[in-house]
Amino acid sequence: MNIGPFYVPMELIRIVLAILLLSAFVGINGFVLVYIERKVAGHIQRRPGPFEVGPHGILQTVADAVKLVGKQLFTPAGVDKVLFWLAPLLAFLPVFVLFLPMPFGPILTTLQVDLGLLLILAFAGVNVLAICLAGWSSRNKWSLLGAARAVSQCVAYEIPMLLALLAVVFMEGSLNLEELVNRQGHWPWQWNVIVQPIAFLVFFISAVAETNRSPFDLPEAESELTAGFHTEYSGMGFGLFMLSEYAYMVVVCCVATAVFLGGWKAPLFPGFWWFLGKAYLLLLVIMWFRWTYPRVRFDQLLNLNWKWLLPVSLLNLLITAFVMKVV
Amino acid sequence: MDTLSEIRNQIQKWWSLVVGLKVTGRYFVSPQITVHYPRKTVENLSSFHGPIELVPTPENPRKPKCIVCLQCASACPSNCLTVVMKPTPKPSAEEIKAQKEAEAKGEKVKKSAPKELLNFTYDFTLCSLCGTCVETCPVGSLRFSNNAYLASTNKKDFLYDLLARLIRQAEGRGSISEGVNKG
Repeated sequence: MNIGPFYVPMELIRIVLAILLLSAFVGINGFVLVYIERKVAGHIQRRPGPFEVGPHGILQTVADAVKLVGKQLFTPAGVDKVLFWLAPLLAFLPVFVLFLPMPFGPILTTLQVDLGLLLILAFAGVNVLAICLAGWSSRNKWSLLGAARAVSQCVAYEIPMLLALLAVVFMEGSLNLEELVNRQGHWPWQWNVIVQPIAFLVFFISAVAETNRSPFDLPEAESELTAGFHTEYSGMGFGLFMLSEYAYMVVVCCVATAVFLGGWKAPLFPGFWWFLGKAYLLLLVIMWFRWTYPRVRFDQLLNLNWKWLLPVSLLNLLITAFVMKVV
Repeated sequence: MDTLSEIRNQIQKWWSLVVGLKVTGRYFVSPQITVHYPRKTVENLSSFHGPIELVPTPENPRKPKCIVCLQCASACPSNCLTVVMKPTPKPSAEEIKAQKEAEAKGEKVKKSAPKELLNFTYDFTLCSLCGTCVETCPVGSLRFSNNAYLASTNKKDFLYDLLARLIRQAEGRGSISEGVNKG
């Protein structure tokens, strides 16, 4: 369409609008998820959680955000300035790209990319680079250790994640997320989780490890390395890392919902509310994991991946391929 | 057999993860243990060791058992107790005569009057609630109170006058926030 003397294609308007809405979504998620996490933590430990700021503490995250924004952006002496401040940006910026191929509803996909799944997996890997840069440029041996652990953990757990998704992709024959959702039925027994339960489990565990959540949160390791790779960051630098962690959690849960749990499909009133509802259910389960399990030791972490998740996902893939070709 | 027991072991381990989730899930829906102060107060504080208070004599609830020996004040590691004795009056002429007569009869005479407490000041800002004073008192005149609700914005509120507090309690005017120095 024509805006004044310029020609603006509809797709551009659609993408810009979607990016604005997605930014709002990510921001709101940041607030809501931090609050829900603290409340879930409180209730699991049989205490109230945040209660004073606002009714039942709902304004607590706002107060925290204001505090973070108001802090001095302190650059420690001797750090590599460019890399130091590049790292939080690199952690946060890919989030916008990750939400583009996500099929929120029957008509609510921003970008119908034939390689949607691959796009998401590829840009999720930029987070690894961000962690690496954060740890290296901090000029702090504990940050470096935290970053090294994080990088090896993330790189290790990407493989079973990919293989689990690959099993479903073999079955459906497409990497397009919208296609994957459309091929599942409305009823729960028609979703991919029934056909590929092991793949779902492997994907979920790898996703929890990929986003550095408990019980795999060694890179943060609050009781051992202070804060791991983001020790030296203050104010908004730390805020960006935290925001990106929650955003990656949401992305990974949305992918699991779309690929395994039928996306927006449901027996009653299918729509984007079902997509969001299922994604939030998975997020609640991730938070449940955090306050149930003790932290995994680093060699146990890598053992779990290389000795258990990788062979299981490979076996799953082989069986899927076999069944697809022979049956 | 070894492989079978290995497999059984593994399944048990993975099942224990699910059991853990069930435990925390149950905690999530059970009522909270934390008492939500100040909206609610704890009912049973009988075993709570709060700031110390004087113990009244059974005959006269306005008078403490204290014999002003000052052992509590010297035992306190934080020097938070100040104990002041009432100055004993000198015996009058009749009393001296009565004492001499009793001595001549061969009775035992108490030459000094029993000590009385004038002032017992307790600086709670220094107290660490160690209980040394309570243990040291030879007549059991000190005990821990059950006073848990002590918040204040003024340091002077924590300079307790324990004698006045005892009198207030004897007259039934003690309150749950007893401890504010109403003097």
